[in-house]
Amino acid sequence: MISIVLFWVLAVAALVFGFLVFRLDSMAQVTFALLASFLAVAGLVLLLGLSYLGVVIVLMMVIEMVIMAVFMIMYMMNPAGLMPMSMFHNTKGSAVIAGVVFVALVAGILLVDWPTRQGEAAPDLTFALGEALMGGQMLTMMTLGVTLFATIVATVVLSTNRGRYDRFGDDLDRAVADDPAGGGVG
Amino acid sequence: MADALPLWSVVLLPVLLVVVTWATVAFDAALTARAAGGPSGVGAALAVPVRETARLLVGQRRRTVAADVVLGRVGGAVLPVAALLAAAVLPWGRLPVADLDVGVVWFNAMEVLAWAAVWMVGWGSNSALALVGGYRFVAQGLAYELPHMFAIITAALGAESLRVTDIVDAQQDLWFVVIMPVAFVVYLLSAAAMTFWGPFDAPVSRDVAGGAAAELSGIDRLVFAGGRWMLFVAAAAMAVPLFLGGGGGPWLPAWLWVAVKTAAVLALLVWLRRKVPTLRMDRWTEFAWVVLIPATIAQALVVAIVVLQRGGM
Repeated sequence: MISIVLFWVLAVAALVFGFLVFRLDSMAQVTFALLASFLAVAGLVLLLGLSYLGVVIVLMMVIEMVIMAVFMIMYMMNPAGLMPMSMFHNTKGSAVIAGVVFVALVAGILLVDWPTRQGEAAPDLTFALGEALMGGQMLTMMTLGVTLFATIVATVVLSTNRGRYDRFGDDLDRAVADDPAGGGVG
Repeated sequence: MADALPLWSVVLLPVLLVVVTWATVAFDAALTARAAGGPSGVGAALAVPVRETARLLVGQRRRTVAADVVLGRVGGAVLPVAALLAAAVLPWGRLPVADLDVGVVWFNAMEVLAWAAVWMVGWGSNSALALVGGYRFVAQGLAYELPHMFAIITAALGAESLRVTDIVDAQQDLWFVVIMPVAFVVYLLSAAAMTFWGPFDAPVSRDVAGGAAAELSGIDRLVFAGGRWMLFVAAAAMAVPLFLGGGGGPWLPAWLWVAVKTAAVLALLVWLRRKVPTLRMDRWTEFAWVVLIPATIAQALVVAIVVLQRGGM
């Protein structure tokens, strides 16, 4: 009973905050409305009994949306949040796409002949998740991790206009790097 | 959640957290009074938090032009709520209020909420210095959070469990502080940093007129400052089950050991805050990325090898 009530509260909260993302006119409020929507989804995942996934969604989404807030406010058309703004672009097109996707998903929920559950849940779901992700695919995961990291490093190297000669002099003999702002490595 | 404290502990938890926070603030006030040469003593120190609370309760709220009241107030309220939710997984003796199977991840997720909270408060008052304070915390967040996360995960790795009571049980023979000293030190430093306590108090420091809290007064300041103290207490108290053996110890009952160890960690962090000036943010960020993160990863590797040697996993 409690889980049914919780499900509806969280589901409605996720939708309402998602809707507010498009209705609010302040970039900061939009960001945190999106965060609230994600947190409601995390609650739904917790309701499914997937405690690790649910809590990790909370952890990652809070970190992610706070970083997002910085960039969204920096790049979007309403930097200070003082002037009203609109989150709409391509109003008609997006409304049509959203409507079609919604109808398709609801039709899927209602029409698909869902199978009944077979087998039992693992005793420790977190362990089972780790096993499923890592167990047979450790090599894939390691390669993926190194590839992603190499991509990040390469992107930074390609995009910066300052190299080690700018920082340490033509003969690389400067003791302390000459940086416009502190906090860099070296 | 096989066994946990009885249901009344849910009601008692906020009371307990406030009482411990009160004692910590009083201790801090006593140190301030002694340093200033003013009236000291237990009674005077214990009265300070009460007087300050009463003063803020009757104080006027400051209103600023074009303030974002929603974000500002939500941000302030998030701090005490996050502290309370984080404290739910702290064992009082043997058991916590909620013995979650992913307790340490839950704890970290609640701590991270402070990150959003400070930015929202800084944004809310539509004041330049407050916003500077909020951005300071966000800019340093990853440099605080990553070593913190690795330190917590190292303790979980040593116990092969994310459940806080399992981590305590794994320390019956040997406290984790012995086999993972680096993680312990990093945890203490980053716990202070995650709750923006000195020497990491740049987001609310005096050079920006109080930073994120610059425009707060009355009840708003009480909620913000009180929530910050409570989060600090919760983060310090978590060091006990993670690294100091929880309620384990001779002669005394478990709850008393938890109280003694928590008091010791709190005293250490309060003392540290008074002895060390605010660190320059760029220096600490560099130090965190270049020294602390590799050090904590190496620490995790050592612990992983110890676990494998023991025949774990």
